Amino acid sequence: MQSKISPWLWKGAWVLALMAMAVAGAQAQNLKSFEQRITTKVLPNGLTLIICERPEAPVFSYSTFIDAGDVNDPSGQSGLAHMFEHLAFKGTSQIGTTDYAAEKIALEKVEAANNAYEAEYLKAVGRDEKTLAELKKAFLAAQAEAHKYVIPNQFTDVAERNGAEGLNAETSLDDTMFFWSMPENRLELWAWLESGRLADTVPREFYKERDVVNEERRMSVDSNPIGRLVEQFVATAYVAHNYGRSHIGWPSEVSQITATEAMDFHKKYYVGANIVIAVVGDVKASEALPVLEKYFSRIPAGPKPEEMTTVEPRQFAEKTVAIHEQTQPFYIEGYHRPDYRSPDDAVYDAISDILSNGRVSRLYRSLVRDQQIAAEAAGFSPFPGEKYPSLFAFFAIPLPGHSPAQMRDAIHKEIDKLKTFDVSDEELAMFKTRARADLLRGLANNQGLANSLAEYQTRYGDWRELFLELDKVDKVSKADIRRVANEIFIPGNRTEAWIETEAATAEKSAVAQHNGGAQ
Amino acid sequence: MKKSIGRAILFAVCALVLAPNALHAQQSKPWEKIPTPKLHEFKPHQPQCIELKNGIVLFLQEDHELPFVSGSVAIPGGARDEDVAKTGLVGLYGQTWRTSGTAKLNGDALDDLLEAKAAHIETGGDVDSTALSWDSLKGDSDQVLSLALDLLFHPNFSAEKLQLAQQLAATNIVRRNDDEDGIAGRESAKLVYGVNSPYTRQPELATISAVTVDDLKAWHDRTIGGKLIVSVSGDFDPAAMEVKLRAAFEGLPMVKIASARHDDFAGPKPGVYFIDKEDVNQSNIEIVGLGTDRRNPDVPALAVMNEILGGSFASRLFQKVRTELGLAYAVGGSYGYAWDHPGEFHATVLTKSASTVDATRATLAEIDGLATRPFTGEELARAKDNILNSFLFRFDTREKVLAERVRLEFYGYPPDYLETYKAALEKVTVADLNRVATKYIHPGKLAILVVGNGPEIKPSLDELKLGPAQTVDITIPMPKQPEGNEKK
Repeated sequence: MQSKISPWLWKGAWVLALMAMAVAGAQAQNLKSFEQRITTKVLPNGLTLIICERPEAPVFSYSTFIDAGDVNDPSGQSGLAHMFEHLAFKGTSQIGTTDYAAEKIALEKVEAANNAYEAEYLKAVGRDEKTLAELKKAFLAAQAEAHKYVIPNQFTDVAERNGAEGLNAETSLDDTMFFWSMPENRLELWAWLESGRLADTVPREFYKERDVVNEERRMSVDSNPIGRLVEQFVATAYVAHNYGRSHIGWPSEVSQITATEAMDFHKKYYVGANIVIAVVGDVKASEALPVLEKYFSRIPAGPKPEEMTTVEPRQFAEKTVAIHEQTQPFYIEGYHRPDYRSPDDAVYDAISDILSNGRVSRLYRSLVRDQQIAAEAAGFSPFPGEKYPSLFAFFAIPLPGHSPAQMRDAIHKEIDKLKTFDVSDEELAMFKTRARADLLRGLANNQGLANSLAEYQTRYGDWRELFLELDKVDKVSKADIRRVANEIFIPGNRTEAWIETEAATAEKSAVAQHNGGAQ
Repeated sequence: MKKSIGRAILFAVCALVLAPNALHAQQSKPWEKIPTPKLHEFKPHQPQCIELKNGIVLFLQEDHELPFVSGSVAIPGGARDEDVAKTGLVGLYGQTWRTSGTAKLNGDALDDLLEAKAAHIETGGDVDSTALSWDSLKGDSDQVLSLALDLLFHPNFSAEKLQLAQQLAATNIVRRNDDEDGIAGRESAKLVYGVNSPYTRQPELATISAVTVDDLKAWHDRTIGGKLIVSVSGDFDPAAMEVKLRAAFEGLPMVKIASARHDDFAGPKPGVYFIDKEDVNQSNIEIVGLGTDRRNPDVPALAVMNEILGGSFASRLFQKVRTELGLAYAVGGSYGYAWDHPGEFHATVLTKSASTVDATRATLAEIDGLATRPFTGEELARAKDNILNSFLFRFDTREKVLAERVRLEFYGYPPDYLETYKAALEKVTVADLNRVATKYIHPGKLAILVVGNGPEIKPSLDELKLGPAQTVDITIPMPKQPEGNEKK
């Protein structure tokens, strides 16, 4: 696509090159300045601490990054990592309880009662409904007994009373993150709270929380048409790897996860070698490190969990998923791509930037502005995770009267262009300039920076990759983009999914009749 | 490696959302032995404020940490002021203004120019204002500022870009009943303010297609003469910036202050309302009434009451409905106050269809309890700790300090509002809480809206014993020739 910039504004490629150099200079400067402000320490238990001094205001943000997510859920226990994340808000043996010794015994009884109930419930032959009802009653009674020792939400209460802001957590397929921000004078209190919940988790109110997670599933998947579609889309795209499983958990599995399973997961994955914690803000490393070391040394050492052996086999059959819904149409498709360690990782970023970023992007200009068939269209990757081979996905939201098939055809046309012709110099330069500026913009936010540092330290073994990644961005060439597009954007590597509405079908046939059937 | 947008939008699950408790047995509370040192000295960096003779106000906030400059112009007048027959005009204006560009440089060329520099200029419309904003790397900031000013003073609204904006708006209209959450928020607000209120009336296919390029021009010409607030932040030299902004704004005529609005706010007709949605398995329950505005001196006490009702994990609603009953993932509520008109009282709970009545009752009981279950000293202390200890997150960046000052100027509040507000929060007593709860919480004046799967809701809403549920019609009105304007 030709750039439409008038010549008097566009002095040629050298302007771009100069500009890129100016920003690159800022980047090198930033890496140097960050190296002076960042202290990294690996504790004897394997846990990595990163402290970044940014004394703009008397606050700090932290990010605890666990290298385990729902991709690690054992078979039959989809949703477990997320379920455990909820448990990490329920307190420890020291907080959230009136008498832990007694509570522990009561919790063991809850577990036994649940096991007895489930054994009867799962009987293929000879399940006795009366026995089942009694066992359920006993299970509820055991929970009520354990509840007597609970001080509900005391963990979060102490954090919030001490000024915790943005307190939350997120479980993705690849990892689990816990985070909040606090006034800087609460650093030691935070270290006590955080190390406690990581090392000393108690399966408190587990079964009540399981109900809460089931409500979360109803909200984000079952009662949301796009949520339903995406769950089916991903499940179809994958045949072997856990990326294909429901992220929040299949209803039958997530509603039968037990506290014992959650604690087993904790034992295996919440070990020092699997955890990176980053703190960013008004913190002095020399003063903070000894404090943090004292508390986070409590976390058990344990070996780094073994990597998974399953690799998604090559897809060779084109697949389609159609959902008939009462809602408006929607289209999504995906192609398998390698994981984030691929030497082409930045090439995928270039493709999604050129296709999707802003009103200059090819998909916007083609589908939204010029053809006027879509309200929104974009390509993005990696999806649904990044640690393992994932998908390069495209979606489009049709304008009224336009069908998912039109979205598909228009997207494919843009993909074909990418495979047949080189992108322009301007497009490639724009991608590189925006990548640099985005990195810089991200440095102004304590929480965002903490998340990035912890993530890059986990994924690359060195937070510096956050800055060095730009070297890979710089090396992306037009030939790389064409090569990669030709490698992965092929029908046999594709899964298409869409929402088809009855109304849309009726409209379509009306239009077809009107046009003499030329649809 | 980039965190994919898709992941964030489509896939992330969180622990979250928001949120009484009893039981205080012997507990050693080791965390109370951890010392809390004195907080480091901190004075939020205030922006420089310059009032021009014509009434336009400039704010300059230096921040040299990163090599960026950003700015905005806030313009009074928004969707609540638009012509009813052209509802949606301000939304269309906000898009078309930027996508059309200027006479010198059309919107597409502007996109090309800015994106090559990783810079942005955007425009948008809101309920009470419109705005133009920009940001760029320091090296490009002079050029981007002059482009932004050119767009502010010499827009060139194009019929083609208006049509594009109308198509996108039409898509949102025909899709607005797909999302349960969207229906609940929208329809509950209509119950509070009325279907035809300037705060809740919604764009329809007929009203957006009635908007013309001349309407956009007229809107622009009318509002640009209002009291503009110009703010710039980032890595710039303030003396030089002041010269540039004075040159651009000082010569404009005296600003015209729009007369204050006089809207009626009757509040909802009490009762149970229902919207059937077959393709969900969870009910979205909204319990709503009329709130107040921020000038009300009871706002600090109401803020503390809100914290106790639904503001935290320890709040009454969160503790009861989520933690104790396990009936919901998302639950919350507050007595709302807007800057210049009454906000909404709002309690929301999402629960599986079968527990709709239980969850509604449990939530109503907590609302009722505000006026009938006296607040305790401990609840007060907790709520104050929660609010006051995190108070500095309202001004922990220079950007936030600037945004707050602009907001206060826009709505005519004193620049030290946050300080006096904080002082008032500190003074709130249990007696204040009990007084405002009695004064403002009237369960009999609330409307209950349930969006959910009718046949699955068992027991039925009749069990609430609050009268028969009235069905709300949310059919989207289709103009007689729906396709004519939409398609090319």
